[in-house]
Amino acid sequence: MAETQIKPLTLNFGPQHPAAHGVLRLVLEMDGEVVERADPHIGLLHRGTEKLIEYKTYLQAVPYFDRLDYVSPMCQEHAFALAVEKLLGLNVPLRGQYIRVLFSEITRILNHLLNLTTFALDVGAMTPVLWGFEEREKLMEFYERVSGARLHAAYFRPGGVHQDMPAGMKDDILAWADAFPKVCDDIEGLLTENRIFKQRTVDIGVVTREQALDWGFSGPMLRGSGVPWDLRKSQPYDVYEKMEFDVPIGHNGDCYSRYLCRIEEMRQSLRMIRQCLAEMPAGAVQVTDRKVAPPSRGEMKHSMEALIHHFKLYTEGYHVPAGETYTAVEAPKGEFAVYLVADGTNKPYRCKIRAPGFAFLQAMDFMSKGHMLADTVAIIGSMDIVFGEVDR
Amino acid sequence: MNQALKDLGDYIAGALPSEIARVSQAHDELVIEVAGEALIRVLTFLRDDSNCQFKALMDVCGADYPEREKRFDVVYNLLSIKQNQRIRVKVRTDEETPVPSATPIFSSAGWYEREAWDLYGIFFADHPDLRRLLTDYGFEGHPMRKDFPLTGYVEVRYDDEQKRVVYEPVKLTQDFRSFDFMSPWEGMMRNMLPGDEKASAPKPEGKA
Repeated sequence: MAETQIKPLTLNFGPQHPAAHGVLRLVLEMDGEVVERADPHIGLLHRGTEKLIEYKTYLQAVPYFDRLDYVSPMCQEHAFALAVEKLLGLNVPLRGQYIRVLFSEITRILNHLLNLTTFALDVGAMTPVLWGFEEREKLMEFYERVSGARLHAAYFRPGGVHQDMPAGMKDDILAWADAFPKVCDDIEGLLTENRIFKQRTVDIGVVTREQALDWGFSGPMLRGSGVPWDLRKSQPYDVYEKMEFDVPIGHNGDCYSRYLCRIEEMRQSLRMIRQCLAEMPAGAVQVTDRKVAPPSRGEMKHSMEALIHHFKLYTEGYHVPAGETYTAVEAPKGEFAVYLVADGTNKPYRCKIRAPGFAFLQAMDFMSKGHMLADTVAIIGSMDIVFGEVDR
Repeated sequence: MNQALKDLGDYIAGALPSEIARVSQAHDELVIEVAGEALIRVLTFLRDDSNCQFKALMDVCGADYPEREKRFDVVYNLLSIKQNQRIRVKVRTDEETPVPSATPIFSSAGWYEREAWDLYGIFFADHPDLRRLLTDYGFEGHPMRKDFPLTGYVEVRYDDEQKRVVYEPVKLTQDFRSFDFMSPWEGMMRNMLPGDEKASAPKPEGKA
């Protein structure tokens, strides 16, 4: 009998594929149904954010950060705001810091709800996505009440946050926080011990500690591999020092460990949200230096100087002294950092955005090697990829 | 001045006296500058030395300073989880001189270097796969360079007759405006405002 030769098959996965989480084009070399090589082609959502920021004032750069990872916008504004504050030497009032931490944690829950539920959808579970998105909608209402926008908030600004929370919002967040653990339990009840879900995720895409560090992983991808590393604990910013929370760690470094880490992180975020609401002092939410933060509307009605400040801030902006900084925050996906070079003008000279997803996707090749085609979908889902930040 | 960072900087400078060109500290961040040839030795030392243990390369990026002789900076941001420290390593280069690739030391350098090559045209020697990363298939030029215009050179649209996307030179309906905020007299620079032409015109005779 003649020997049959099986040619390696090249498969184009995406860019229009519901499990590609956006515009990922993955060129897979397959041997039968086993992946031999994965070559992700990115850049289909490249918008030149870094170049655009070089031509905008520091304040005008803030909204670009919402549009990077569009499921966790405020955490990215946070990185930029911290970087500019570092160069300007600003100290944000305590209430502003608490609001930023509060909303960073709301953002983390927003992000994890999207990631976990769509991940479940990718591996065949339909219901969590319906339940999770209902909660997301409630959280985005908080976004809207505080900033006026559901997604692209532009709320964290260098010097604090744009406005104080409206009256009554604290009680509404508390009421939501009381109801949320139930939803968390429900989602977990569908997935954590689910036989199909475990078959699809356990021992898939295993990353060891050494590999995770070598590939520059961060966030749940690093913690899922058993490295206890969280910037909120080890290099705390704003009032994270005062927060009491635990950092969940995975054991196996597979997709299932990363799923468990994220579920637990949501519960820890809830703890922090309660602490923030309980401890938040009254006072200013933004620095009072009128060369950086705009005056209030009311002030502008009777003070000539306030009017001039307002005009100057929204046309020329503020000049940031020359210097450079690499400032990182623990975004829901991992280490989100801004390498900001200022040259003393009102525009950043260079603003490199370090997105966590970029490093994860780079490791796609070694993570999916030897796995089945259907497992690449589980791996992409567990990486928490959003193309806004990968392509910038 | 952070004492722990100063000690670490002194330690590194002492261990690699010929490789390290400069150690500095700003905003509680440690920066060392090295020459291109020494980069691999320095990165290996930073990764393997027991007092450093910078096991993770978090970011590599380029930066363009066209007025300098060696116009590009390649910036490596490393993280040590053991020591809870960060360090920044900078290398200067120009359009021609290749920088040795850090991929043998840190796997994560692969795409970051591809990105720097794509956006700045910084060449990395011995990189296993130095293709373009973020820009379009068939793109020409290096868009993050300071002399590359913000609007680029080509734009795309869907052509209904040819039934495909076509590339055309960029057409701007309005000139890109750049304001000089460094001068105390703000305004548009290098542009003629209506009426400016009268300043240099000869005064009409007989009107005095």
